[in-house]
Amino acid sequence: MENVEWGLMAARIQFAVTISFHIVLAAFSIGLANFLLVLEARWLYRKEPVDLDIYRYWLKIFALNVAIGTASGLMLEYQFGLNWARLSTQAGEILGPLMFYEVMAAFFLEAGFLGIMLFGTNKVGPKLHFFATCAVAVGSIISAFWILSANSWMHTPRGFGIGAEGRLVAHDWWAIIFNPSFPYRFGHMMLATFLATAMLIAGASAWQLLRNSSNRHARVQFSMALWTIAVLAPVQIVAGDLQGENTLRYQPQKVAAMEGAWTRPPPGTGEPLRLFALPDMAERQNHFELAIPHVASLYLRHDLSSSIKPLTEFAAQDIPPVAIVFWAFRLMVGLGLLMLVLGIASLVLRYRRRLYTTRWMQRCCLLMAPAGFMAMISGWVVTEVGRQPFTVYGVLRTADSASTVSSEQVVGSTFVILFFYLLVFGIGLWVLLRILRQPAKRAEQGPQPTLPDEIRGP
Amino acid sequence: MLDGDVIVLLSAAALAFSVLSYVLLDGTDLGVGMLMGLTRSARQRRAMAVSILPIWDANETWLVLGGGGLLALFPLAYAILLPALYVPFIAMFLALLVRAMALEFRDSTDNSTIKRGIDALHLCGSLIATGCQGAALGTLVQGISSQNGQFTGTGWEWISPFALYCAGGLVVGYAWLGACWLYWRSEAELQQTSRWQAQLLSLATLVLMTILLAWTASLNPDYAQRLSTPLVMYPAAGIALTVFITFWASFRSRFDVLPLICALSVFVLAFALIVVTIFPLIVPPDLSIHAAASSETSQSFMLVGFALLMPVTFVYNTFGFRVFRGKIHSPKARMPE
Repeated sequence: MENVEWGLMAARIQFAVTISFHIVLAAFSIGLANFLLVLEARWLYRKEPVDLDIYRYWLKIFALNVAIGTASGLMLEYQFGLNWARLSTQAGEILGPLMFYEVMAAFFLEAGFLGIMLFGTNKVGPKLHFFATCAVAVGSIISAFWILSANSWMHTPRGFGIGAEGRLVAHDWWAIIFNPSFPYRFGHMMLATFLATAMLIAGASAWQLLRNSSNRHARVQFSMALWTIAVLAPVQIVAGDLQGENTLRYQPQKVAAMEGAWTRPPPGTGEPLRLFALPDMAERQNHFELAIPHVASLYLRHDLSSSIKPLTEFAAQDIPPVAIVFWAFRLMVGLGLLMLVLGIASLVLRYRRRLYTTRWMQRCCLLMAPAGFMAMISGWVVTEVGRQPFTVYGVLRTADSASTVSSEQVVGSTFVILFFYLLVFGIGLWVLLRILRQPAKRAEQGPQPTLPDEIRGP
Repeated sequence: MLDGDVIVLLSAAALAFSVLSYVLLDGTDLGVGMLMGLTRSARQRRAMAVSILPIWDANETWLVLGGGGLLALFPLAYAILLPALYVPFIAMFLALLVRAMALEFRDSTDNSTIKRGIDALHLCGSLIATGCQGAALGTLVQGISSQNGQFTGTGWEWISPFALYCAGGLVVGYAWLGACWLYWRSEAELQQTSRWQAQLLSLATLVLMTILLAWTASLNPDYAQRLSTPLVMYPAAGIALTVFITFWASFRSRFDVLPLICALSVFVLAFALIVVTIFPLIVPPDLSIHAAASSETSQSFMLVGFALLMPVTFVYNTFGFRVFRGKIHSPKARMPE
């Protein structure tokens, strides 16, 4: 490859690395903040100490997670200028304000009340503390609202015109914010954050129950997490189906890549579900294809015979790298179905009153603890790689979006960032596991329990 | 509706406000981080960490706002500045990541040696982040070449004597803020230490800032002309003198917060001088705020939000600070370190 192409590839990898880490941290923050909100509300309502114990226990994890999350988000806010300066010049007038509102309305709500939520238990009254928790939880969702709006606009750009020097100028903010793919993406992603967090909590609780199945705190968490999974996993599948329909309408080449559909099947036979295939970009076909007929028509078009516009009907330079999209989609859907099965199994065991003592179930939960986050990352790979070769779909190509930074700087910094992120993530994971090894106990203490005493009130 | 020119000026003011808030707030945290790494006593280091733990996250968020604001309000400046400052910015973000981890994770261990190591990392993170911010400022002031909205330099312009001098200057300046913060928030020995540190660092800052002013003026005749305008020079000198006298007198006052207020005032003054020096440019030597500005629709869309939300943010951030105000004291029985 040429030097420039290496630079572009490194810039894309750098974005992928920084955003993947940040998505996991941010999603875990959103999920945990809302879990904590529910716990504190339950505690205020029922006054059962077990809820407060669990609240404080997960608050410790929340504190560590948010600290790293803020720092990794900072890097992302500047990635657009560091590596994607031409995208910033061309589309900054539209993307910038959405990101600006993200920080303003939400980030500040989160960050401003975070200190009180984390360390203020003995400094402010319980109602005010609950208000701080609400502010953080709501702030995290508003934050997601704006950033997903910006992201969705890059997939389905609306409400803009072309100004001087080809720059995109905002015409209608309502159309920009509520662009066609935004409501679906927002719903799908919010459900994903709750599901992924619930999977992790279920896994951690299962680990604690495997050591001592009578631990009350672990039981309460385990039950809450599994209720969440049982309810949200089927809802998420419906939400995913709706987003798929939306994508088919606005980005048909992405769906064709997800399905690995190179050519139109004979009329009446419908779109098959390809279980296995090795898509080949050069020959524009699949190798070793294993497919079940009609099934893809059923979930894409909700009948047995309709087909979709296949990849060969798009210009060769306009289609995404098929294999990555194809396989990431299969990983996401496969994990989603496993979560559905887990949710159903939990309902059956609950009905038979064996939820806390069935060891195979606990082992499955432990094994699947990271499944939600893996599915989430896969989903992002599907949608983002599926948008290629564009940054703003149909408007601005990725190759025309990069900065004029030397390839050496981009490649070098990408390696350094990857190294640092793996290190920080590794240490974070180690600390997380150390905390999770011990279940929440009676009169659990929050993060920095001595802090309120160390700061002498006026 | 407002005139287009006014909107651009308001946007520039909003951006300047965000950056200044970041410098004043997180500058203090970074200063504390640097002093913390140099402190031997484990108890004192704990007190230092406690003083910034509840607020550093919100303070750092101002930098995120600055980034979003720059992209939204002046996309051309954002697209030129960041590639030009590629290495220092990435180094800064990684350093801030290390700082975040060092601060929040230091209590995950009881081992005092490991804790010492974590605090040393905290020192490195704060030091590198500050140095990078100083170098970025220096590079901006000395000028960044661009063409058609894209950066055209090599990306190594920040390794210049001027930019590196700015890096060193900012390290001293932030450390001064940190020392003043600790003088306010601590008691007993730590307060005594912070007191002489603050006094020493104030002298160093004064000397470094004076040299910096002269150096800046020698970079560019326009700079020299703007800085030597009587309307700028005399008030600036007057304010600086007043603040320094107040600073030295303030250690006798019973308001321990006064030295910090003086130090912050010096930073506000220095920031104002930088703005005066480069205005109406946003990226010297060529790009003006008007040329870099996004369209009126984008800017006014954001200014409305800024005007509505900033007062609210201000109120509850102040509330957040108030909840955790007061002296830090370390109850001996509780401290195993």
